[in-house]
Amino acid sequence: MSQREITYAKAINEAMSEEMRRDKEIFFMGEDIGIYGGAFGVSVGMIEEFGETRVRDTPISEAAIIGAAAGAAATGSRPIAEIQFSDFISIGIDQLGNQAAKMRYMFGGRAQVPMVVRAPIGSGTGAAAQHSQSQEAWYCHIPGLKVVTPSTPYDAKGLLKSAIRDNNPVVFLEQKLLYRKKGLVPDEEYTIPLCKGEIKREGTDLSIISWGRMVPMVLEVAEKLAKEKKCEIEVIDPRTLMPLDKQIIIDSVKKTGKAMIVHEAVLTGGYGGEIAAVIADSEAFFHLDAPIRRVGGFDVPIPYNPELERNAVPTPERIEANIRELLQ
Amino acid sequence: MEKNTGKNGKRKSNLSKEKLQDMYMKMLHTRAFEEKVAYFFSRGMVHGTTHLYVGEEATAVGAIANLRADDWITSTHRGHGHTIAKGLDLNRMMAELLGKETGYCKGKGGSMHISDITLGHLGANGIVGGGIPIATGAALTVKLRGEDKVVICFFGDGAINEGTFHESVNMASAWKLPVIYLCENNQYGMSTSQKKATNIDDLSVRAQAYGIPGKRIDGNDIFEVYETVREAKEYVKKNGPYLIVAETYRYLGHSKSDANRYRTKEEINEWKTKDPIPRMRIYLEENKIFTPEELDGMETKAKQDIENAVEYAKNSPDPDPADLLTDVYAD
Ligand SMILES: Cc1ncc(C[n+]2csc(CCOP(=O)(O)OP(=O)(O)O)c2C)c(N)n1
Ligand SMILES: [Mg+2]
Repeated sequence: MSQREITYAKAINEAMSEEMRRDKEIFFMGEDIGIYGGAFGVSVGMIEEFGETRVRDTPISEAAIIGAAAGAAATGSRPIAEIQFSDFISIGIDQLGNQAAKMRYMFGGRAQVPMVVRAPIGSGTGAAAQHSQSQEAWYCHIPGLKVVTPSTPYDAKGLLKSAIRDNNPVVFLEQKLLYRKKGLVPDEEYTIPLCKGEIKREGTDLSIISWGRMVPMVLEVAEKLAKEKKCEIEVIDPRTLMPLDKQIIIDSVKKTGKAMIVHEAVLTGGYGGEIAAVIADSEAFFHLDAPIRRVGGFDVPIPYNPELERNAVPTPERIEANIRELLQ
Repeated sequence: MEKNTGKNGKRKSNLSKEKLQDMYMKMLHTRAFEEKVAYFFSRGMVHGTTHLYVGEEATAVGAIANLRADDWITSTHRGHGHTIAKGLDLNRMMAELLGKETGYCKGKGGSMHISDITLGHLGANGIVGGGIPIATGAALTVKLRGEDKVVICFFGDGAINEGTFHESVNMASAWKLPVIYLCENNQYGMSTSQKKATNIDDLSVRAQAYGIPGKRIDGNDIFEVYETVREAKEYVKKNGPYLIVAETYRYLGHSKSDANRYRTKEEINEWKTKDPIPRMRIYLEENKIFTPEELDGMETKAKQDIENAVEYAKNSPDPDPADLLTDVYAD
């Protein structure tokens, strides 16, 4: 199988472009996605290929972007809506949560809303409190939405293609700090099913469940501790947070007997609490020989100063310290 | 729109010499501040992103010249000009951009969140349209308390398409709140031309929908801005909101990462002929309010003040790491 190295941003661009070539019902809209190529350059070249009808620059109107996507989806189109920063989804969250997510159920199963809302998430760019949040737990708390967040270019491409083909509203959260990171992607077409996690590293001593840009950070710490012969950590990336692949988590914890969840989002009310509950509620509970540990962002908005910002969310040092404590 | 021909020289203004000097200095300070920040970003010396106000100075300065320190403003992501015009300290602004403890937000806010409630500044804003309801609420306080204050709400031609604009203006109009909604139409919301984002040429017609006065003005003519806001201020105190749309232009990119692919060099250069700073200078010279030497001196001083602010900021301490956890809740 031939492969190429491409960035996470390019992987997303390829997923959208390939799907748009395949299915004429798909269109793409958002702020500055046309000639500007998107705030993070994800859609560079797409307006040239697909034209202004299918790659639509919108007014700055997030409620209308998300709501119009829902209306278009319910009537036979397949929209991809980009929200420039995931922090602005909150402006359209009524349309997402009260309309798009519930339409099928409220209408007795007689409608479907095949749309994707793509948005970059996370801190680390110095953009401060209103451009740096990780609010995945908000969307996971809305039945009817699927919530996906890839940690590699390979996953990004395969998962986005599945999200576009899915007949439900999918919130596709892209990791700002991973956009420029490269990874291998096959030349041939492929998809990755939603709702399936992946073991990113096998291990025997501790299961760490993590997603987004925390995955490469956790992997780095795991490699370091393995080199030091301290422990072998199993790292699981659920990739789709909602609906969650519970089994992959439960099986891993049964094997290792220890569980830790690492996410960038603020700890309190974060999705890590849900995962901890899934573990505690399952037969994995009887295999645990230590409390379940969560490592998340502090319960504060993201500050501007670079050092404060770095320390507001999990760092390799903090992850390592927690692992050492748990393994004692 | 008037060209930079000195036509302004014929305009009569009854502003005092001190006031004119203050206004001119604030435009110069804004220009010099922004040019310095642009330099920092081009060198990667500042973290994050920033949105510069170069070319739009007359709007903020002309409008805010009508306010007292205890009148309120809400600003935007492109907020340095409003902030300087409102009389905030250059040193503490620069310190905030460098993320320092002495900055207006103790280094926690950065460019997009500079504010000083004690000087009537309710904050720059990272959310487009985010300040519009906030300004409306400030005007509600003014009305409920029976205070003699007004609010100026700054926002862009992009923000005017957010629901917050429509909901807020309607509410303020229904309740007759003392707020001036001042749309800075710099022709683009990021890369999207105002002409493409709406189906109207003159955004001030939106006032009609809410039963309030609306006026489109030359935002690069500091006297036109000043006079319009002066009239609007008297109006809103008695009658409720007023919409002003100031036509202006940003010369620089939207933010640090802008390749300017959505507009032409010719368009940018055309607008440079309407630059608000030389226009005010011509007025001041032609009317013999200041000599060319005095005006040159002001320009030198403005640049020096910014250099001093940079020194202040560089010599300021970083925030204490423990500050990460403070100020989430009031006591
Ligand atoms: C709710 C929201 N949507 C989008 C953005 C991203 N963004 C920041 S500034 C901007 C353009 C704003 O245009 P305008 O209101 O005209 O102000 P200008 O930048 O021209 O001063 C955009 C799209 C944002 N910060 N907030
Ligand atoms: Mg604008």
